[in-house]
Amino acid sequence: MKRVDFIKLIILLIGLGLFLPGFSGTGLADDASAVAQAAEAAPLSELAKLSEAVSASKIALDTVWVLVTAFLVFWMNAGFALVESGLCQAKNTVNILAKNFVVFAIASIAFLVIGWGLMFGDGNSFIGMDGLFFLLGADNSPATGDAYNGVYSAMNWTGVPLYAKFFFQLVFAGTAATIVSGAVAERIKFLSFIVFSVIIVGFIYPIGGHWIWGGGWLAKAGMWDFAGSTVVHSIGGWAALAGVMVLGPRLGKFTKDGRVSPIPGHNMSTATLGALILWLGWFGFNPGSTMAVDAEAISRIALTTNTSAAAATLTATLTAWLMLRKPDLSMILNGTLAGLVAVTASCAYVSVVSSLIIGLIAGVIVVLAVIMFDKLKLDDPVGALSVHLVNGVFGTLAVGLFAEDRFMPGTTGDGLLFGGGTKLITSQIMGIVGIGVFTFIVSIVAWYVIKAIFGLRVSKEEEMEGLDIGEHGVEAYHITGSEGRIRPL
Amino acid sequence: MKKIEAIIKPFKLEDVKKALHELNIEGMTVTEVRGFGRQKGHTELYRGAEYQVDFLPKIKIEVVTSEETAVKAVDAIVNAARTGQIGDGKVFVMGVEETVRIRTGEKGKDAL
Repeated sequence: MKRVDFIKLIILLIGLGLFLPGFSGTGLADDASAVAQAAEAAPLSELAKLSEAVSASKIALDTVWVLVTAFLVFWMNAGFALVESGLCQAKNTVNILAKNFVVFAIASIAFLVIGWGLMFGDGNSFIGMDGLFFLLGADNSPATGDAYNGVYSAMNWTGVPLYAKFFFQLVFAGTAATIVSGAVAERIKFLSFIVFSVIIVGFIYPIGGHWIWGGGWLAKAGMWDFAGSTVVHSIGGWAALAGVMVLGPRLGKFTKDGRVSPIPGHNMSTATLGALILWLGWFGFNPGSTMAVDAEAISRIALTTNTSAAAATLTATLTAWLMLRKPDLSMILNGTLAGLVAVTASCAYVSVVSSLIIGLIAGVIVVLAVIMFDKLKLDDPVGALSVHLVNGVFGTLAVGLFAEDRFMPGTTGDGLLFGGGTKLITSQIMGIVGIGVFTFIVSIVAWYVIKAIFGLRVSKEEEMEGLDIGEHGVEAYHITGSEGRIRPL
Repeated sequence: MKKIEAIIKPFKLEDVKKALHELNIEGMTVTEVRGFGRQKGHTELYRGAEYQVDFLPKIKIEVVTSEETAVKAVDAIVNAARTGQIGDGKVFVMGVEETVRIRTGEKGKDAL
C-alpha cells in the first residue's frame, strides 16, 4: 500500500508540473486520479500516457521560451531607435524614429509574404523553393526529426509550433534590416530606405540565411553561426556598407583638406538607454536561439553573452581613453554592442573564459574600425559598420578559433585553439567571404536601381535644414513658447 | 571701434568663421536665434493640419573690430554667407565707445 501511495504522490507532482505551463486542458485532479487508476490497472499504457504528457509539457515550455525571447528581440527595435536618434542631430530625429518604427512593420510583411519561404523552404543549396508564400507550405510541427513531415525541414530540429518558429525568425530578419538604417542616416530619402528594407528582408537576408540556417551550401560545408554574427549582423553590415558607399558622406563630415569634422550626437541619454535595451534584448537573441529550454545551454549562453559584452565595454573604454584621450561614451556604447555581436555566432559553442577573450578583442576592434572608416571617408553616423559588419566577421571567425565540441557535441567540433585543426575555421572563412560577396554585390545593385528610380539622397538644402522638416514636415523638439511662433493657416 | 552684428543661415557659420579668421579677427560671439525677414517662415504639417512657423533658426554673430578692419570684415561676412537664396540674412554695423578686457583691465583697441 505504501508503495502505491508513493507512486500516486509522484504522479500528482508530475501532474502539477504539467498543469503549471498551462498546456493541459483538463483539470489537475481529474488528470491525476485518472492517471493513478490507470497506473494500478495497466502500467504499460500508463507509461505511454505519461510520456505523452511529458512531451506535451516540453513543447509548451519550449514554446513559451521561444516566444518570450522573440519578444525580447522585438524590443531591440526600441534600442536601435534610441541609439540611432541619440547619436544623430536633433534636426533628423523624427526621420530616424520614423525609419526605425516602420522598418519592423515592413519586415513583418516582407518576411511573411516571401522571406520565410526563401529562407527555410525545402529547395536547393541556394534558395528555398517549397511553401514559398505566406507560410502556407505543409507542416506538422511541433514534430521533430524523422517524425517531421513538411516543407520547412531545415527547422525540424526544434519542437515548437510553426508560428513560434516563424515569429522567432521574423524578429531576427527585422534586426538585419534595422542595422542599415543607422549607417545611412541623416541623408537618405525616406521612401528609398523603405524600398531597400523590403529588398533586404524579402530577398537578401533570406537567401543568405538559407545558405547557413536553411540547409544550404554553407551549412553543408560545416560553417556554424549559432545566433547570427554572419546571418544577421554581417548581412545587415554589408548591405549598410554598400548603402554608405553609394550615398556618400553627410555634408560637412569631411573637409576639403581631407580632415574629419565630427557631427556630434544630440542626445546621449537616449543613446545610452538604447544601448542598454539592446544589451537586454541580446539575452533573447542568443539564449533564445536554442529554441528549446535546454537548462544548461541557455544558462551558459546567457553568461557567455554577458561576459563578452562586459569585456568589450571595458576594452572599448580603455582603447578610446588611450587613443582618443577621453573615455568617449559613444565609443563605450559601441563597445558593448561590439562584444554582443562578436559572441553571437559562438555563444553556444565556447566556454565562458573564451567569451571573455572574444569580448576583450571586440572592444578594441570596434574603436579601431570607427577610426578606419573615418579614414576611408565612409560616413557611418552611428558606428553600425564597426559594430555589426566588422565584429560580425570577427565573431564568425571566433567560432573557428574558440569552439569546443563538448558544449554542443556533434556540431562545430573543436576550433583551432582547442586542437581541432583548421577545418572549422576554413569553413567559417568560406562563409564570411561567400555571404560578404553575395550581400555586397546584390546590395550595391539594389541601391543603384533605387537611386535610378527614386533617387537616394535628399537635396542639399533639405539635408542642411534637416530631414524632419523636409521628409516629414515636423520638428522633433519644439522650443518653449512655440505657441507664439506657430499660427494655423 | 565698430561692432558688427550678422544674422546668417546656420550652416554658413563655419565659412564665415573661417573668412573672419583670415582677417586675423581673434574672437567672436555666436548665438542661436530665431527670426524672419522677407523670407517669412515655412509651413509644417502635424497630423494633417498645416501651420505656419514664422521664426526660422538663424545664427547671430557679433564681432567688435577696429575701424579699418570693419569694412573688410563686413565684406568677408557677406561673401562667405551668401547663397543667393532668400533668407541669407543681414549685417549691421554700429559704433562702440569703449572695450575693456576684464582679465588685464586693458582698454580700447588693445582690448580687442
